[in-house]
Amino acid sequence: MAAKSRHLNKIEPWHDPEERPYVYIENITKDYDGSAAVDEVNLSVYQGELFSLLGKSGCGKSTLLRMLAGFEMPSSGKIYIDGIDMSGIPPYRRPVSMVFQSYALFPHMNVEQNVAFGLKQEKLPRSQINERVDDVLELVQMLDFKKRKPHQLSGGQRQRIALARSLVKRPKLLLLDEPLAALDKKLREKTQLELVNIQEEVGITFIMVSHDQEEAMTMASRIGIMADGRIIQVGTPTEIYEYPNCKYVSNFVGAINMFEGLVVEEEENYAIVRSSVLDDSDIKVEHSASAAIGANVSVAIRPEKVVISKTPLKERNYNCAKGVVQDIIYLGDVSIYHVELANGHIVYSTATNLFRIAERPIQWDDEVYLYWLPENAILLTA
Amino acid sequence: MLPKKVNTWKFHFRGSSLIVGVPYFWLLVFFLCPCLILLKISFADSVLQIPPYSNILKWINDNVAQLTFNFANYRLLFTDDLYVRTFTTSVVIAANSAFACLLIGYPMAYAIVRSRPKIRMILLMLIVLPFWTSFLIRVYSWVILLAPTGLINKALMYLGIIDQPLKLMGNYCAVAIGIVYTYLPFMVLPIYSSLEKIDNSVVEAAYDLGCTPTKAFFSVILPLSMRGVATGFSLVFMPAIGEYVMPEILGDVSTVTIGRIVWSEFFTNLSWPVASALSVMMIIFVALPVTLWYGGQQSRLNKKLNIHEKV
Repeated sequence: MAAKSRHLNKIEPWHDPEERPYVYIENITKDYDGSAAVDEVNLSVYQGELFSLLGKSGCGKSTLLRMLAGFEMPSSGKIYIDGIDMSGIPPYRRPVSMVFQSYALFPHMNVEQNVAFGLKQEKLPRSQINERVDDVLELVQMLDFKKRKPHQLSGGQRQRIALARSLVKRPKLLLLDEPLAALDKKLREKTQLELVNIQEEVGITFIMVSHDQEEAMTMASRIGIMADGRIIQVGTPTEIYEYPNCKYVSNFVGAINMFEGLVVEEEENYAIVRSSVLDDSDIKVEHSASAAIGANVSVAIRPEKVVISKTPLKERNYNCAKGVVQDIIYLGDVSIYHVELANGHIVYSTATNLFRIAERPIQWDDEVYLYWLPENAILLTA
Repeated sequence: MLPKKVNTWKFHFRGSSLIVGVPYFWLLVFFLCPCLILLKISFADSVLQIPPYSNILKWINDNVAQLTFNFANYRLLFTDDLYVRTFTTSVVIAANSAFACLLIGYPMAYAIVRSRPKIRMILLMLIVLPFWTSFLIRVYSWVILLAPTGLINKALMYLGIIDQPLKLMGNYCAVAIGIVYTYLPFMVLPIYSSLEKIDNSVVEAAYDLGCTPTKAFFSVILPLSMRGVATGFSLVFMPAIGEYVMPEILGDVSTVTIGRIVWSEFFTNLSWPVASALSVMMIIFVALPVTLWYGGQQSRLNKKLNIHEKV
């Protein structure tokens, strides 16, 4: 194997001001009967990235993808692919290929004909077509299924053929519309990794639409979170998870505890927040942006960063809470504890199951103490 | 289907088999029996009585029955070249009409499928709407258009393009026009339903892979709608062969078709056996091959498109 042929030639090209975006979406808006499905979106995707557009259904992510493919024309704004303005270029002249959610294989053709279809349109010589079809079928490990019809294949196999059919054209940009949504969970997880490996091998830029945050986290080099036709945050999976820029993103990606309150004190790099949810102590949170005293803010903390214990932690003046275990969600590897505070609020804490369930030290109705580090919480102003 | 073991269905005559049995019973009484009667008459002799044919089963005495098959009717069909000629003409007209229907009907069906849902319903209504008027009135309205003193001739003469009325009626072309006009919905509707079933993303995939709209049509849309084309073609071709009304109204004495011959044998010549023999030959030479072709076509398409029909 080509060791460490990272799918990004440069590490994190989006931080390099010299780097030219490969796909550049400039102020794209798409109106449907007066309401904007995509609303003034600006986005840069770099060569070799696996970029994931993540959002709930109806957030405009598919419309954006379809505009990249050329099936929809933007109401305003421009799309550049490899520096070329795509305005008015029909789908069949774009250096782009799409893998459809339904796979959209041609039911009247066998696997080989399906994969060769795009090359036939390019009028390549027969021998070259055969060679490239064989190569790509080998890449997706479907060489033995050449003569099968789409209906004789399983969902996962169809997905591979759809991918092969697009890859064989060697597009500059591959678009994937919920490519794994139709597969069951086990197969999906396996295919996620395969897809990433294939992407690294062929080095083609992928833009993928997904509503599954886990899928996006696993696969993407960067994620763009979309809601109401806008892109709210763009970042690496880690950035999105650890440093969400607003309440929507923090809620959408993973579970989170949210405390609303007022900034009462400012220290260097830290803010002290007083929240009605937490009676026992104030919240101390690390932040980079300045928050004025008296400002309305939210503090978000991931459940796995909330430490749960049966004994009170000494010398902690901030970020402490006392409550009663109301519920335990057992997930095998971890358990989610629902801790009810005296004022009725629930705080979630996730802990690894170090012991078997019977020996678990914390049980239902136990009185517990919660604590988290100021560095682990996120201060959100929006 | 009825269960195969007789003794089981005798004792477990369930409601479901009763319901399934009704159409079979209907076909038996109103389709198979008339066909058998037709077959019987075709082997009879023409005689002056009511009904005007001899009985093929005769009791010679109390114990002996005699079946007489008269093949003269069939021989006549093959020896007098009028019948073979007419038969060929009818098939050619029907095939041309069905083909014309296809050329007109396919774009119509395609346009309906591509239109917005609201407009689509209206267009579909317009396709079905002519059925609400009497068939005869619709055919006669073509006389108003095509007659020597009809609208088209009058308009052309008024405009000074012609000074003698054109012979637009009383030929095979007028007959074909009538057939195309009346049977067009039977072509449009099956094609529409097969086009509607095509997943739009398959067509988009074709564009995406480099097909211009024209190429996408011929390499994806048309093959995926062949089932509708085959159904529409059979639905137009079959009844068009035996068509009687159109040649009678829009044609003249020269436009002889199989339907008219059957009619004149029956009513003018009172030769029921010859008319019956003609009908039997039509079933053998037209209905049977087309049905077999159609069945084969459908099962081939089923295999191709993976549509497993449940029986």
